[in-house]
Amino acid sequence: MKIVAIALNTFKECIRDRILYNLLIFAVLIIGLSAVLSTLTFGEQVRIIINIGLAAINIFGVMMAIFLGIGLVYKEIDRRTIYTILSKPIKRYEFLIGKFFGLLITLVLNLAVMTAGLVGVVYLTGWVINVLLFKAVFLIFMEFVLITSIAMLFSCFSTPTLSAIFTLSFYVIGHLTEDIKFFGSKADSLFAKKLSSLIYYALPNLENFNIKGFVVYGSGVDNSFILFSTLYGILYSAMLIVISILIFQKRDFK
Amino acid sequence: MIKTKSLTKVFKVGFRGRKVTALEGLDLEVKKGEIFGFLGPNGAGKTTTIKILMGLIYPTRGDAWIMGSPLGDVSVKRRLGFLPENPYFYDYLKGEEFLHFYAQLIKMPKRDRKAKIKDILSLVGLKGAGDLQLRRYSKGMTQRIGIAQALLSDPELVIFDEPMSGLDPVGRKEVRDVILKLRDEGKTVFFSTHILPDVEMVCDRVGILVKGRLRSVGNIEELLGGHIKSIEITARGISESVLKEMEPLVERVIKRDESLLLSVEKEEDAEKVVDIIQSSGGRLYSLIPQRPSLEEYFMKEAGKR
Repeated sequence: MKIVAIALNTFKECIRDRILYNLLIFAVLIIGLSAVLSTLTFGEQVRIIINIGLAAINIFGVMMAIFLGIGLVYKEIDRRTIYTILSKPIKRYEFLIGKFFGLLITLVLNLAVMTAGLVGVVYLTGWVINVLLFKAVFLIFMEFVLITSIAMLFSCFSTPTLSAIFTLSFYVIGHLTEDIKFFGSKADSLFAKKLSSLIYYALPNLENFNIKGFVVYGSGVDNSFILFSTLYGILYSAMLIVISILIFQKRDFK
Repeated sequence: MIKTKSLTKVFKVGFRGRKVTALEGLDLEVKKGEIFGFLGPNGAGKTTTIKILMGLIYPTRGDAWIMGSPLGDVSVKRRLGFLPENPYFYDYLKGEEFLHFYAQLIKMPKRDRKAKIKDILSLVGLKGAGDLQLRRYSKGMTQRIGIAQALLSDPELVIFDEPMSGLDPVGRKEVRDVILKLRDEGKTVFFSTHILPDVEMVCDRVGILVKGRLRSVGNIEELLGGHIKSIEITARGISESVLKEMEPLVERVIKRDESLLLSVEKEEDAEKVVDIIQSSGGRLYSLIPQRPSLEEYFMKEAGKR
């Protein structure tokens, strides 16, 4: 109940943030533009639309998660709005979980708008919608969940600028961990091998949430893979949230 | 209602973690139904104390209890209202929306919310401002909506951090009136301030905090000693010769147009002066005993090393 109130208020806060609309407008524009670009090719039109569309949804959604996530806790402390919230019968972890879900609600809504745009464009160009597209969107959402928990973790102890840099690094490295592991295994030095496998196992592997290629080429994706990725995303995020709570619980709000 | 035992807070500041003691060994007790003024110059540790009580920062040493519950007990906050220093709230919310949100946090039943919020808004003088976004509020209005959120749960104990700072005289009087109204309702009020006249007007007891240590606690009469510093007499129609006669008794004479302001140190001397004025046909306008002010006391305490 209290968590829901905080989540809904966070949602209100997010949707009144101008940065959200800038990103959303850009995303929808690019999805629309994909239809124009697709006319440049012959026979591959839907692939181009879906390829660009999903990429736009993914990148702009991640940007929303990062830019709203980094301020999630920091802003509350910086503006001292947290003082009166915590003077009410609310535990610190309830506050944090409320904030997290508030941002997730915002992201779901935006994801729905962007997906509707993509489906609309695909439909208007006369192609059949594949269920696989929605599976891809779902996994993109799981990636948002993970990115949001990373951003919130940094937001608990770091400034927005640093948090943005850290979270963005996580995002980039998260998509490269398999390559890092591969190069590490080819390396001569033992140190490089150990380091690359440490990075591989410690950092999230965000390629688990990427099935865009399968959608584009229409090949099937095993449901067990989707289940695995979902569990992976939930467990990894839960772990990050627990760490955030531990940090947040001990903090002095000076 | 509030009890602290050797409460201490040491902050680490800067890159090297230099230690700064903001509060040292605070022993304080605030009783039920009293208005307690927590005084001290800037940086004395008032806000640190209040933040520890509210669970916003953790004490380095010592303990504190609010209404019998140790720090960290969240349930006690249902019976507690808090206004921070220079409060700031979600500025994208409208006044009423904001109070609705806070009403949810204290689990106020839905059916009571509307009426309660309306009452509170009129109590703090924000009737009609409920539709306005908080970003459009003036400083005084923000302070008032802050008081409104603190009183939302009808708390037994209210903690205000500098409730009068930054307000104009009218705003300060309104805050004082709210505090006095709370006392009439039998609530306990603990507030910090450095605006001394306000304290003299409303507080039952005060504590003076200087450099993290409690210098003195007690009711104002007790602290000031209750003795009379001097007596000021105003009179008219006094000739030069009469004035000469009084001179040995009078400490200081100030002439203002027709009237004379005479400052006398001892009560007996004052009586004699009054006799002289009356027997010489002069007119006595006023006779006011001067007590040392809280301000003088405060300056003395704050200045001590």
